[in-house]
Amino acid sequence: MIRPSTSLQFGILLCLIPMIMATISFFWQPFDVTELNISNRLKPVSLTHPFGTDHFGRDMLSMIMVGAQTSISVAFVAVGIGVLFGVPLGLFAANWRGGFIDDGIMRFNDLVFAFPSLVIAILITAIAGPSAFNAIVAIGIFNIPVFARISRGAALSLWQREFILSAQVAGKTGLRISTEHVLPNLMHILIVQATIQFSLGILAEAGLSYIGLGAQPPTPSWGRMLADAQTMVSLAPRLAIVPGVAIIITVLGLNLLGDGLRDALDPKLRGSMKK
Amino acid sequence: MIKYFFRRLFTFVLSLALASIVIFSLVEIAPGDPASFMLGINAQPDTIAALRSELGLDQPKINRYFDWIGGMLTGDFGISYTYRTNVTEMVGDRLWVSLPLALYALFLSTVIAIPTGIYAAAKRGKTGDFAVISATQLGIAIPNFWFAIILVGIFAIKLQWFSAGGFSGWKDGLFNGITSLTLPAIALALPQAAILSRVMRSALIETLGEDYIRTARAKGLSSSQTIWTHALRNALIPVLTIIGLQFSFLLAGAIIIEQVFYLPGLGRLVFQAITQRDLIVVESVVMLLVFAVILVNFIVDITYMLVDPRLRQDSI
Repeated sequence: MIRPSTSLQFGILLCLIPMIMATISFFWQPFDVTELNISNRLKPVSLTHPFGTDHFGRDMLSMIMVGAQTSISVAFVAVGIGVLFGVPLGLFAANWRGGFIDDGIMRFNDLVFAFPSLVIAILITAIAGPSAFNAIVAIGIFNIPVFARISRGAALSLWQREFILSAQVAGKTGLRISTEHVLPNLMHILIVQATIQFSLGILAEAGLSYIGLGAQPPTPSWGRMLADAQTMVSLAPRLAIVPGVAIIITVLGLNLLGDGLRDALDPKLRGSMKK
Repeated sequence: MIKYFFRRLFTFVLSLALASIVIFSLVEIAPGDPASFMLGINAQPDTIAALRSELGLDQPKINRYFDWIGGMLTGDFGISYTYRTNVTEMVGDRLWVSLPLALYALFLSTVIAIPTGIYAAAKRGKTGDFAVISATQLGIAIPNFWFAIILVGIFAIKLQWFSAGGFSGWKDGLFNGITSLTLPAIALALPQAAILSRVMRSALIETLGEDYIRTARAKGLSSSQTIWTHALRNALIPVLTIIGLQFSFLLAGAIIIEQVFYLPGLGRLVFQAITQRDLIVVESVVMLLVFAVILVNFIVDITYMLVDPRLRQDSI
Protein backbone atom coordinates (compact mmCIF):
# COMPACT_ATOMS: atom_id res chain seq x y z
CA MET A 1 0.00 0.00 0.00
CA ILE A 2 1.29 3.40 -0.97
CA ARG A 3 2.12 5.50 2.10
CA PRO A 4 0.66 9.01 2.15
CA SER A 5 4.09 10.54 2.25
CA THR A 6 5.16 8.55 -0.81
CA SER A 7 2.31 9.88 -2.92
CA LEU A 8 3.02 13.39 -1.64
CA GLN A 9 6.70 13.09 -2.55
CA PHE A 10 5.92 11.66 -5.96
CA GLY A 11 3.32 14.34 -6.55
CA ILE A 12 5.68 17.17 -5.66
CA LEU A 13 8.43 15.65 -7.79
CA LEU A 14 6.20 15.28 -10.87
CA CYS A 15 4.65 18.75 -10.43
CA LEU A 16 8.08 20.33 -10.21
CA ILE A 17 8.95 19.21 -13.75
CA PRO A 18 6.38 21.36 -15.62
CA MET A 19 6.64 24.15 -13.02
CA ILE A 20 10.40 24.47 -13.49
CA MET A 21 10.06 24.22 -17.27
CA ALA A 22 7.45 26.98 -17.31
CA THR A 23 9.48 29.21 -14.99
CA ILE A 24 12.67 28.84 -17.01
CA SER A 25 10.77 29.54 -20.25
CA PHE A 26 9.86 33.00 -18.93
CA PHE A 27 13.54 33.97 -19.05
CA TRP A 28 15.10 31.61 -21.55
CA GLN A 29 14.04 29.13 -24.21
CA PRO A 30 16.46 26.91 -26.16
CA PHE A 31 14.94 28.17 -29.46
CA ASP A 32 12.40 30.78 -30.51
CA VAL A 33 8.99 29.07 -30.73
CA THR A 34 7.53 31.61 -33.16
CA GLU A 35 10.24 31.17 -35.74
CA LEU A 36 9.40 28.70 -38.53
CA ASN A 37 12.26 26.96 -40.25
CA ILE A 38 10.99 24.47 -42.82
CA SER A 39 14.50 23.22 -43.72
CA ASN A 40 14.79 22.08 -40.12
CA ARG A 41 11.49 20.16 -40.13
CA LEU A 42 10.94 16.81 -38.37
CA LYS A 43 14.53 16.58 -37.12
CA PRO A 44 14.96 13.51 -34.90
CA VAL A 45 15.98 13.55 -31.26
CA SER A 46 19.50 15.00 -30.84
CA LEU A 47 21.59 16.94 -28.35
CA THR A 48 20.54 20.27 -29.92
CA HIS A 49 16.89 19.23 -30.01
CA PRO A 50 16.29 16.77 -27.12
CA PHE A 51 12.70 16.13 -28.34
CA GLY A 52 13.43 16.77 -32.05
CA THR A 53 11.63 19.39 -34.14
CA ASP A 54 8.05 19.56 -35.43
CA HIS A 55 6.71 19.84 -39.01
CA PHE A 56 7.50 23.56 -39.07
CA GLY A 57 11.03 23.04 -37.81
CA ARG A 58 10.29 24.40 -34.33
CA ASP A 59 12.18 22.93 -31.38
CA MET A 60 9.82 20.60 -29.48
CA LEU A 61 11.48 21.17 -26.09
CA SER A 62 10.96 24.93 -26.36
CA MET A 63 7.34 24.36 -27.41
CA ILE A 64 6.74 22.07 -24.43
CA MET A 65 8.31 24.65 -22.09
CA VAL A 66 6.16 27.52 -23.34
CA GLY A 67 3.16 25.17 -23.53
CA ALA A 68 3.64 24.44 -19.83
CA GLN A 69 3.37 28.18 -19.21
CA THR A 70 0.06 28.33 -21.11
CA SER A 71 -1.47 25.25 -19.49
CA ILE A 72 -0.43 26.13 -15.96
CA SER A 73 -1.54 29.74 -16.16
CA VAL A 74 -4.94 28.89 -17.70
CA ALA A 75 -5.65 26.17 -15.11
CA PHE A 76 -4.33 28.30 -12.24
CA VAL A 77 -6.49 31.33 -13.01
CA ALA A 78 -9.51 29.06 -13.64
CA VAL A 79 -9.06 27.58 -10.15
CA GLY A 80 -8.66 31.13 -8.83
CA ILE A 81 -12.06 32.08 -10.31
CA GLY A 82 -13.63 29.03 -8.67
CA VAL A 83 -12.16 29.87 -5.25
CA LEU A 84 -12.83 33.59 -5.47
CA PHE A 85 -16.55 33.19 -6.26
CA GLY A 86 -17.32 29.69 -5.01
CA VAL A 87 -15.94 29.89 -1.47
CA PRO A 88 -17.82 33.09 -0.48
CA LEU A 89 -21.02 31.62 -1.99
CA GLY A 90 -20.55 28.43 0.03
CA LEU A 91 -19.83 30.40 3.23
CA PHE A 92 -22.88 32.61 2.64
CA ALA A 93 -25.08 29.56 2.12
CA ALA A 94 -23.76 27.95 5.32
CA ASN A 95 -24.25 31.19 7.25
CA TRP A 96 -27.91 31.39 6.23
CA ARG A 97 -28.38 27.62 6.21
CA GLY A 98 -31.89 26.46 5.54
CA GLY A 99 -32.97 29.88 4.30
CA PHE A 100 -33.90 30.87 0.80
CA ILE A 101 -30.39 32.25 0.07
CA ASP A 102 -28.93 28.85 0.90
CA ASP A 103 -31.57 27.13 -1.22
CA GLY A 104 -31.03 29.54 -4.10
CA ILE A 105 -27.26 29.10 -4.09
CA MET A 106 -27.53 25.33 -3.96
CA ARG A 107 -30.11 25.18 -6.76
CA PHE A 108 -27.84 27.40 -8.85
CA ASN A 109 -25.04 24.92 -8.18
CA ASP A 110 -27.15 21.97 -9.26
CA LEU A 111 -28.04 23.84 -12.41
CA VAL A 112 -24.43 24.55 -13.36
CA PHE A 113 -23.56 20.93 -12.62
CA ALA A 114 -26.28 19.77 -15.00
CA PHE A 115 -24.73 21.53 -17.97
CA PRO A 116 -22.31 19.45 -20.02
CA SER A 117 -19.25 21.53 -19.11
CA LEU A 118 -17.39 20.88 -22.34
CA VAL A 119 -20.33 21.87 -24.53
CA ILE A 120 -20.84 25.10 -22.60
CA ALA A 121 -17.11 25.83 -22.62
CA ILE A 122 -17.18 25.41 -26.39
CA LEU A 123 -20.25 27.63 -26.60
CA ILE A 124 -18.59 30.34 -24.49
CA THR A 125 -15.35 30.29 -26.46
CA ALA A 126 -17.35 30.31 -29.69
CA ILE A 127 -19.40 33.32 -28.53
CA ALA A 128 -16.47 35.31 -27.18
CA GLY A 129 -13.94 34.07 -29.72
CA PRO A 130 -11.22 31.50 -29.13
CA SER A 131 -8.46 32.72 -26.83
CA ALA A 132 -6.61 31.65 -23.71
CA PHE A 133 -8.58 34.22 -21.68
CA ASN A 134 -11.96 32.86 -22.78
CA ALA A 135 -10.80 29.32 -22.10
CA ILE A 136 -9.95 30.45 -18.55
CA VAL A 137 -13.43 31.92 -18.09
CA ALA A 138 -15.14 28.85 -19.56
CA ILE A 139 -13.22 26.46 -17.30
CA GLY A 140 -13.41 28.81 -14.31
CA ILE A 141 -17.21 29.09 -14.35
CA PHE A 142 -17.52 25.37 -13.76
CA ASN A 143 -15.14 25.56 -10.81
CA ILE A 144 -17.47 27.94 -8.94
CA PRO A 145 -20.15 25.38 -7.95
CA VAL A 146 -17.46 22.85 -7.02
CA PHE A 147 -15.92 25.20 -4.46
CA ALA A 148 -19.32 26.53 -3.33
CA ARG A 149 -20.60 23.03 -2.62
CA ILE A 150 -17.48 21.79 -0.85
CA SER A 151 -17.10 24.89 1.33
CA ARG A 152 -20.81 24.89 2.23
CA GLY A 153 -20.69 21.23 3.22
CA ALA A 154 -17.62 21.61 5.39
CA ALA A 155 -18.79 24.93 6.84
CA LEU A 156 -22.15 23.41 7.85
CA SER A 157 -20.42 20.85 10.05
CA LEU A 158 -18.16 23.53 11.51
CA TRP A 159 -21.17 25.65 12.47
CA GLN A 160 -22.24 22.83 14.81
CA ARG A 161 -18.97 22.94 16.74
CA GLU A 162 -18.49 24.42 20.21
CA PHE A 163 -15.88 27.01 19.27
CA ILE A 164 -18.30 28.55 16.79
CA LEU A 165 -21.00 28.54 19.45
CA SER A 166 -18.71 30.38 21.85
CA ALA A 167 -17.91 32.91 19.13
CA GLN A 168 -21.65 33.41 18.66
CA VAL A 169 -22.12 33.85 22.40
CA ALA A 170 -19.30 36.40 22.34
CA GLY A 171 -21.52 38.38 19.98
CA LYS A 172 -19.58 38.01 16.74
CA THR A 173 -21.56 38.45 13.54
CA GLY A 174 -22.05 35.66 11.03
CA LEU A 175 -19.71 37.39 8.60
CA ARG A 176 -16.91 37.63 11.19
CA ILE A 177 -17.38 34.02 12.31
CA SER A 178 -17.28 32.90 8.65
CA THR A 179 -14.06 34.73 7.90
CA GLU A 180 -12.26 34.38 11.24
CA HIS A 181 -13.25 30.89 12.33
CA VAL A 182 -14.88 28.92 9.54
CA LEU A 183 -12.60 29.83 6.64
CA PRO A 184 -9.26 29.01 8.34
CA ASN A 185 -10.64 25.59 9.26
CA LEU A 186 -11.70 24.96 5.68
CA MET A 187 -8.29 25.69 4.26
CA HIS A 188 -7.03 22.13 4.13
CA ILE A 189 -10.12 20.94 2.25
CA LEU A 190 -9.90 23.86 -0.16
CA ILE A 191 -6.21 23.28 -0.88
CA VAL A 192 -6.84 19.63 -1.71
CA GLN A 193 -9.83 20.49 -3.92
CA ALA A 194 -7.84 23.24 -5.64
CA THR A 195 -5.15 20.71 -6.55
CA ILE A 196 -7.74 18.38 -8.06
CA GLN A 197 -9.46 21.21 -9.98
CA PHE A 198 -6.04 22.35 -11.17
CA SER A 199 -5.42 18.95 -12.74
CA LEU A 200 -8.90 18.93 -14.31
CA GLY A 201 -8.17 22.43 -15.63
CA ILE A 202 -4.99 21.21 -17.32
CA LEU A 203 -7.01 18.45 -19.04
CA ALA A 204 -9.80 20.86 -20.02
CA GLU A 205 -7.35 23.40 -21.43
CA ALA A 206 -5.66 20.68 -23.45
CA GLY A 207 -9.04 19.55 -24.78
CA LEU A 208 -10.16 23.05 -25.71
CA SER A 209 -6.93 23.93 -27.46
CA TYR A 210 -6.98 20.55 -29.22
CA ILE A 211 -10.21 21.58 -30.97
CA GLY A 212 -8.77 25.04 -31.63
CA LEU A 213 -10.61 27.00 -28.94
CA GLY A 214 -7.76 27.60 -26.51
CA ALA A 215 -4.64 29.76 -26.80
CA GLN A 216 -4.21 30.88 -30.40
CA PRO A 217 -1.09 30.56 -32.59
CA PRO A 218 1.72 31.44 -32.35
CA THR A 219 1.41 30.80 -28.58
CA PRO A 220 2.23 27.09 -28.20
CA SER A 221 -0.13 24.93 -26.15
CA TRP A 222 0.01 21.20 -25.46
CA GLY A 223 -3.47 20.59 -26.82
CA ARG A 224 -2.76 22.22 -30.16
CA MET A 225 0.57 20.44 -30.46
CA LEU A 226 -1.48 17.22 -30.26
CA ALA A 227 -3.92 18.45 -32.89
CA ASP A 228 -0.99 19.25 -35.21
CA ALA A 229 0.59 15.89 -34.48
CA GLN A 230 -2.53 13.90 -35.32
CA THR A 231 -1.95 13.89 -39.08
CA MET A 232 1.73 13.06 -38.60
CA VAL A 233 1.29 10.21 -36.16
CA SER A 234 2.55 7.62 -38.64
CA LEU A 235 5.44 9.82 -39.79
CA ALA A 236 6.68 11.07 -36.43
CA PRO A 237 4.86 9.49 -33.46
CA ARG A 238 7.04 11.50 -31.08
CA LEU A 239 5.13 14.66 -32.05
CA ALA A 240 2.07 13.16 -30.33
CA ILE A 241 3.87 11.29 -27.57
CA VAL A 242 5.88 14.21 -26.13
CA PRO A 243 3.01 16.68 -25.43
CA GLY A 244 0.81 13.80 -24.25
CA VAL A 245 3.41 12.68 -21.73
CA ALA A 246 3.81 16.31 -20.59
CA ILE A 247 0.05 16.47 -19.86
CA ILE A 248 0.06 13.08 -18.12
CA ILE A 249 3.04 14.00 -15.89
CA THR A 250 1.40 17.26 -14.83
CA VAL A 251 -2.06 15.79 -14.18
CA LEU A 252 -0.68 12.71 -12.43
CA GLY A 253 1.60 14.90 -10.31
CA LEU A 254 -1.27 17.16 -9.26
CA ASN A 255 -3.55 14.21 -8.44
CA LEU A 256 -0.87 12.53 -6.33
CA LEU A 257 -0.14 15.86 -4.67
CA GLY A 258 -3.86 16.23 -3.90
CA ASP A 259 -4.04 12.74 -2.39
CA GLY A 260 -0.88 13.29 -0.39
CA LEU A 261 -2.02 16.69 0.86
CA ARG A 262 -5.41 15.32 1.88
CA ASP A 263 -3.73 12.72 4.06
CA ALA A 264 -1.16 15.14 5.41
CA LEU A 265 -3.50 18.07 6.11
CA ASP A 266 -6.52 16.21 7.44
CA PRO A 267 -6.25 16.61 11.22
CA LYS A 268 -8.02 13.29 11.72
CA LEU A 269 -5.43 11.43 9.69
CA ARG A 270 -2.47 13.43 10.97
CA GLY A 271 -2.24 11.50 14.24
CA SER A 272 -2.35 8.12 12.54
CA MET A 273 0.46 9.09 10.21
CA LYS A 274 2.92 9.69 13.00
CA LYS A 275 2.43 6.18 14.32
CA MET B 1 -42.59 9.94 0.33
CA ILE B 2 -45.07 11.58 -2.02
CA LYS B 3 -44.03 14.99 -0.69
CA TYR B 4 -40.39 14.14 -1.43
CA PHE B 5 -41.31 12.98 -4.93
CA PHE B 6 -43.19 16.17 -5.75
CA ARG B 7 -40.43 18.32 -4.32
CA ARG B 8 -37.93 16.57 -6.57
CA LEU B 9 -40.31 16.85 -9.52
CA PHE B 10 -40.64 20.58 -8.91
CA THR B 11 -36.84 21.06 -8.86
CA PHE B 12 -36.60 18.92 -11.98
CA VAL B 13 -39.03 21.13 -13.92
CA LEU B 14 -37.53 24.33 -12.48
CA SER B 15 -34.00 23.23 -13.46
CA LEU B 16 -35.17 22.53 -17.00
CA ALA B 17 -36.91 25.91 -17.25
CA LEU B 18 -33.84 27.77 -15.95
CA ALA B 19 -31.52 25.76 -18.18
CA SER B 20 -33.60 26.63 -21.24
CA ILE B 21 -33.45 30.35 -20.38
CA VAL B 22 -29.67 30.19 -19.87
CA ILE B 23 -29.10 28.34 -23.15
CA PHE B 24 -31.40 30.66 -25.09
CA SER B 25 -29.69 33.78 -23.69
CA LEU B 26 -26.19 32.40 -24.30
CA VAL B 27 -27.02 31.65 -27.91
CA GLU B 28 -28.77 35.02 -28.32
CA ILE B 29 -25.69 36.98 -27.29
CA ALA B 30 -23.50 35.02 -29.70
CA PRO B 31 -22.16 37.45 -32.27
CA GLY B 32 -22.95 36.95 -35.96
CA ASP B 33 -26.32 36.99 -37.65
CA PRO B 34 -27.33 33.53 -38.93
CA ALA B 35 -29.07 35.02 -41.99
CA SER B 36 -26.02 36.97 -43.18
CA PHE B 37 -23.86 33.97 -42.35
CA MET B 38 -26.01 31.73 -44.55
CA LEU B 39 -26.10 34.14 -47.49
CA GLY B 40 -22.41 35.03 -47.49
CA ILE B 41 -20.67 38.41 -47.57
CA ASN B 42 -22.07 39.56 -50.93
CA ALA B 43 -25.72 39.29 -49.91
CA GLN B 44 -28.04 42.29 -50.41
CA PRO B 45 -29.57 43.80 -47.25
CA ASP B 46 -33.14 43.13 -48.46
CA THR B 47 -32.35 39.46 -49.15
CA ILE B 48 -30.96 39.17 -45.63
CA ALA B 49 -34.07 40.87 -44.23
CA ALA B 50 -36.31 38.50 -46.18
CA LEU B 51 -34.43 35.47 -44.88
CA ARG B 52 -34.51 36.86 -41.35
CA SER B 53 -38.28 37.11 -41.48
CA GLU B 54 -38.54 33.65 -43.06
CA LEU B 55 -36.49 32.18 -40.18
CA GLY B 56 -38.52 34.17 -37.68
CA LEU B 57 -35.41 36.06 -36.53
CA ASP B 58 -37.24 39.42 -36.73
CA GLN B 59 -39.71 38.33 -34.04
CA PRO B 60 -39.30 39.62 -30.48
CA LYS B 61 -36.96 37.48 -28.35
CA ILE B 62 -39.67 36.43 -25.94
CA ASN B 63 -41.86 35.08 -28.78
CA ARG B 64 -38.93 33.18 -30.22
CA TYR B 65 -38.13 31.68 -26.82
CA PHE B 66 -41.67 30.39 -26.37
CA ASP B 67 -41.83 29.17 -29.98
CA TRP B 68 -38.64 27.22 -29.37
CA ILE B 69 -39.81 25.74 -26.05
CA GLY B 70 -43.21 24.87 -27.51
CA GLY B 71 -41.49 23.15 -30.43
CA MET B 72 -39.13 21.22 -28.15
CA LEU B 73 -42.06 20.00 -26.03
CA THR B 74 -43.88 18.70 -29.09
CA GLY B 75 -40.75 17.13 -30.58
CA ASP B 76 -40.35 19.78 -33.29
CA PHE B 77 -36.83 21.18 -32.93
CA GLY B 78 -37.12 23.54 -35.91
CA ILE B 79 -35.28 23.77 -39.22
CA SER B 80 -31.49 23.96 -39.39
CA TYR B 81 -30.24 27.31 -40.75
CA THR B 82 -27.33 25.71 -42.59
CA TYR B 83 -28.67 22.40 -43.85
CA ARG B 84 -32.31 23.49 -44.27
CA THR B 85 -33.38 20.14 -42.84
CA ASN B 86 -35.44 19.20 -39.84
CA VAL B 87 -33.34 19.40 -36.65
CA THR B 88 -35.34 16.54 -35.10
CA GLU B 89 -34.26 14.28 -37.96
CA MET B 90 -30.64 15.45 -37.73
CA VAL B 91 -30.60 14.77 -33.99
CA GLY B 92 -32.24 11.38 -34.58
CA ASP B 93 -29.57 10.43 -37.13
CA ARG B 94 -26.74 11.54 -34.86
CA LEU B 95 -28.22 9.73 -31.87
CA TRP B 96 -27.70 6.49 -33.77
CA VAL B 97 -23.98 7.14 -33.45
CA SER B 98 -23.75 8.86 -30.06
CA LEU B 99 -26.09 6.57 -28.15
CA PRO B 100 -24.44 3.26 -29.20
CA LEU B 101 -21.02 4.86 -28.64
CA ALA B 102 -21.96 5.98 -25.12
CA LEU B 103 -23.47 2.57 -24.31
CA TYR B 104 -20.45 0.76 -25.76
CA ALA B 105 -18.03 2.92 -23.73
CA LEU B 106 -20.15 2.51 -20.62
CA PHE B 107 -20.21 -1.27 -21.12
CA LEU B 108 -16.41 -1.40 -21.51
CA SER B 109 -15.79 0.82 -18.50
CA THR B 110 -18.16 -1.22 -16.30
CA VAL B 111 -16.71 -4.54 -17.42
CA ILE B 112 -13.19 -3.33 -16.63
CA ALA B 113 -13.94 -1.32 -13.50
CA ILE B 114 -16.18 -3.59 -11.42
CA PRO B 115 -13.87 -6.66 -11.33
CA THR B 116 -10.73 -4.56 -10.80
CA GLY B 117 -12.44 -2.53 -8.07
CA ILE B 118 -13.62 -5.68 -6.28
CA TYR B 119 -10.17 -7.25 -6.66
CA ALA B 120 -8.45 -4.17 -5.21
CA ALA B 121 -10.85 -4.03 -2.26
CA ALA B 122 -10.39 -7.73 -1.56
CA LYS B 123 -6.61 -7.33 -1.68
CA ARG B 124 -6.66 -4.10 0.28
CA GLY B 125 -3.18 -2.94 1.24
CA LYS B 126 -1.46 -5.64 -0.78
CA THR B 127 0.48 -5.49 -4.06
CA GLY B 128 -2.62 -6.20 -6.18
CA ASP B 129 -4.42 -3.22 -4.63
CA PHE B 130 -1.39 -1.01 -5.18
CA ALA B 131 -1.24 -2.07 -8.83
CA VAL B 132 -4.93 -1.25 -9.39
CA ILE B 133 -4.63 2.11 -7.61
CA SER B 134 -1.56 3.05 -9.64
CA ALA B 135 -3.28 2.02 -12.88
CA THR B 136 -6.36 4.09 -12.03
CA GLN B 137 -4.20 7.11 -11.14
CA LEU B 138 -2.64 6.84 -14.57
CA GLY B 139 -6.01 6.25 -16.25
CA ILE B 140 -7.42 9.46 -14.77
CA ALA B 141 -4.36 11.45 -15.84
CA ILE B 142 -4.41 10.36 -19.50
CA PRO B 143 -6.40 12.75 -21.71
CA ASN B 144 -8.82 10.54 -23.65
CA PHE B 145 -8.23 12.32 -26.97
CA TRP B 146 -4.48 11.72 -26.66
CA PHE B 147 -5.15 8.07 -25.92
CA ALA B 148 -7.38 8.07 -29.00
CA ILE B 149 -4.58 9.45 -31.20
CA ILE B 150 -2.19 6.80 -29.89
CA LEU B 151 -4.79 4.05 -30.45
CA VAL B 152 -5.23 5.24 -34.06
CA GLY B 153 -1.45 5.24 -34.51
CA ILE B 154 -1.10 1.68 -33.28
CA PHE B 155 -4.29 -0.15 -34.27
CA ALA B 156 -5.40 1.76 -37.36
CA ILE B 157 -2.18 2.90 -39.02
CA LYS B 158 0.41 0.36 -37.94
CA LEU B 159 -1.59 -2.85 -37.47
CA GLN B 160 -4.53 -1.80 -39.68
CA TRP B 161 -7.06 -3.69 -37.56
CA PHE B 162 -9.51 -0.83 -37.41
CA SER B 163 -10.29 2.18 -39.58
CA ALA B 164 -8.69 5.43 -38.46
CA GLY B 165 -12.01 7.26 -38.38
CA GLY B 166 -15.40 7.83 -39.91
CA PHE B 167 -18.56 5.85 -39.50
CA SER B 168 -20.25 4.09 -42.40
CA GLY B 169 -23.53 3.66 -40.54
CA TRP B 170 -25.41 0.58 -39.46
CA LYS B 171 -26.49 -0.32 -43.02
CA ASP B 172 -23.33 -2.38 -43.62
CA GLY B 173 -24.19 -4.66 -40.76
CA LEU B 174 -23.91 -4.63 -37.00
CA PHE B 175 -20.34 -5.95 -37.00
CA ASN B 176 -18.98 -3.14 -39.19
CA GLY B 177 -20.76 -0.54 -37.10
CA ILE B 178 -19.37 -1.94 -33.87
CA THR B 179 -15.87 -2.22 -35.34
CA SER B 180 -15.78 1.44 -36.31
CA LEU B 181 -16.95 2.44 -32.82
CA THR B 182 -14.45 0.20 -30.99
CA LEU B 183 -11.41 2.52 -30.83
CA PRO B 184 -13.51 5.58 -29.87
CA ALA B 185 -15.31 3.55 -27.21
CA ILE B 186 -12.02 2.31 -25.73
CA ALA B 187 -10.66 5.86 -25.66
CA LEU B 188 -13.81 7.14 -23.96
CA ALA B 189 -13.97 4.24 -21.52
CA LEU B 190 -10.42 4.54 -20.15
CA PRO B 191 -10.83 7.50 -17.75
CA GLN B 192 -14.38 6.43 -16.87
CA ALA B 193 -13.17 2.93 -15.97
CA ALA B 194 -10.43 4.41 -13.79
CA ILE B 195 -12.92 6.57 -11.88
CA LEU B 196 -15.50 3.78 -11.57
CA SER B 197 -12.92 1.28 -10.38
CA ARG B 198 -11.89 3.64 -7.57
CA VAL B 199 -15.53 4.19 -6.57
CA MET B 200 -16.14 0.42 -6.58
CA ARG B 201 -13.03 -0.16 -4.46
CA SER B 202 -13.79 2.47 -1.83
CA ALA B 203 -17.51 1.57 -1.65
CA LEU B 204 -16.67 -2.08 -1.09
CA ILE B 205 -13.99 -1.28 1.49
CA GLU B 206 -16.47 0.90 3.36
CA THR B 207 -19.14 -1.80 3.28
CA LEU B 208 -16.64 -4.41 4.45
CA GLY B 209 -16.11 -2.36 7.60
CA GLU B 210 -19.80 -2.59 8.59
CA ASP B 211 -20.99 -4.58 11.61
CA TYR B 212 -23.16 -6.99 9.64
CA ILE B 213 -20.10 -8.05 7.63
CA ARG B 214 -18.29 -8.81 10.87
CA THR B 215 -21.31 -10.85 11.95
CA ALA B 216 -21.26 -12.77 8.66
CA ARG B 217 -17.56 -13.48 9.12
CA ALA B 218 -18.14 -14.50 12.74
CA LYS B 219 -20.78 -16.95 11.52
CA GLY B 220 -18.00 -18.65 9.61
CA LEU B 221 -18.41 -17.32 6.06
CA SER B 222 -15.19 -17.04 4.09
CA SER B 223 -13.95 -13.65 2.99
CA SER B 224 -14.98 -14.21 -0.64
CA GLN B 225 -18.41 -15.53 0.40
CA THR B 226 -18.95 -12.40 2.47
CA ILE B 227 -18.01 -10.17 -0.45
CA TRP B 228 -20.22 -11.91 -2.99
CA THR B 229 -23.29 -12.58 -0.88
CA HIS B 230 -23.38 -9.62 1.50
CA ALA B 231 -21.05 -6.74 0.75
CA LEU B 232 -21.21 -6.41 -3.01
CA ARG B 233 -24.94 -5.80 -3.26
CA ASN B 234 -24.74 -2.91 -0.80
CA ALA B 235 -21.55 -1.51 -2.24
CA LEU B 236 -23.11 -1.34 -5.71
CA ILE B 237 -25.47 1.53 -4.82
CA PRO B 238 -22.89 4.37 -5.16
CA VAL B 239 -21.39 2.57 -8.15
CA LEU B 240 -24.75 2.57 -9.96
CA THR B 241 -25.12 6.30 -9.26
CA ILE B 242 -21.75 6.98 -10.86
CA ILE B 243 -22.63 4.74 -13.83
CA GLY B 244 -25.80 6.79 -14.34
CA LEU B 245 -23.88 10.05 -14.24
CA GLN B 246 -21.19 8.67 -16.53
CA PHE B 247 -23.79 7.77 -19.12
CA SER B 248 -25.04 11.33 -19.42
CA PHE B 249 -21.45 12.55 -19.42
CA LEU B 250 -20.49 10.14 -22.20
CA LEU B 251 -23.38 11.33 -24.34
CA ALA B 252 -22.20 14.94 -24.18
CA GLY B 253 -18.52 14.47 -23.41
CA ALA B 254 -17.73 12.55 -26.57
CA ILE B 255 -17.37 15.85 -28.44
CA ILE B 256 -13.57 15.71 -28.69
CA ILE B 257 -13.40 11.97 -29.33
CA GLU B 258 -15.95 12.36 -32.14
CA GLN B 259 -13.67 15.05 -33.51
CA VAL B 260 -10.61 12.76 -33.37
CA PHE B 261 -12.40 9.95 -35.21
CA TYR B 262 -14.57 12.14 -37.49
CA LEU B 263 -17.68 10.45 -36.13
CA PRO B 264 -21.00 12.03 -37.09
CA GLY B 265 -22.35 12.13 -33.53
CA LEU B 266 -24.23 14.69 -31.42
CA GLY B 267 -21.05 16.29 -30.10
CA ARG B 268 -19.68 16.93 -33.55
CA LEU B 269 -23.07 18.24 -34.63
CA VAL B 270 -23.00 20.86 -31.84
CA PHE B 271 -19.41 21.76 -32.55
CA GLN B 272 -20.04 22.26 -36.27
CA ALA B 273 -23.29 24.10 -35.59
CA ILE B 274 -21.49 26.52 -33.25
CA THR B 275 -18.85 27.33 -35.86
CA GLN B 276 -21.52 27.71 -38.58
CA ARG B 277 -23.78 29.89 -36.38
CA ASP B 278 -26.55 27.33 -36.79
CA LEU B 279 -28.12 28.62 -33.59
CA ILE B 280 -31.29 26.56 -33.67
CA VAL B 281 -29.27 23.34 -33.80
CA VAL B 282 -26.98 24.54 -30.98
CA GLU B 283 -29.94 25.48 -28.77
CA SER B 284 -31.84 22.26 -29.35
CA VAL B 285 -28.95 19.83 -29.00
CA VAL B 286 -27.48 21.52 -25.90
CA MET B 287 -30.97 21.58 -24.35
CA LEU B 288 -31.38 17.90 -25.15
CA LEU B 289 -28.03 17.05 -23.52
CA VAL B 290 -28.85 19.11 -20.43
CA PHE B 291 -32.25 17.43 -20.30
CA ALA B 292 -30.51 14.02 -20.35
CA VAL B 293 -28.27 15.00 -17.41
CA ILE B 294 -31.11 16.49 -15.34
CA LEU B 295 -33.33 13.48 -16.10
CA VAL B 296 -30.62 11.02 -15.02
CA ASN B 297 -30.11 13.00 -11.78
CA PHE B 298 -33.87 12.97 -11.17
CA ILE B 299 -34.12 9.22 -11.78
CA VAL B 300 -31.13 8.61 -9.47
CA ASP B 301 -32.80 10.65 -6.70
CA ILE B 302 -36.10 8.82 -7.09
CA THR B 303 -34.33 5.44 -7.12
CA TYR B 304 -32.57 6.43 -3.91
CA MET B 305 -35.94 7.21 -2.39
CA LEU B 306 -37.22 3.77 -3.35
CA VAL B 307 -34.07 1.97 -2.19
CA ASP B 308 -33.26 3.86 1.01
CA PRO B 309 -35.84 3.09 3.72
CA ARG B 310 -34.74 6.12 5.78
CA LEU B 311 -35.78 8.53 3.06
CA ARG B 312 -39.14 6.82 2.83
CA GLN B 313 -39.78 6.95 6.55
CA ASP B 314 -38.72 10.54 7.15
CA SER B 315 -41.40 12.03 5.02
CA ILE B 316 -44.31 9.71 5.86
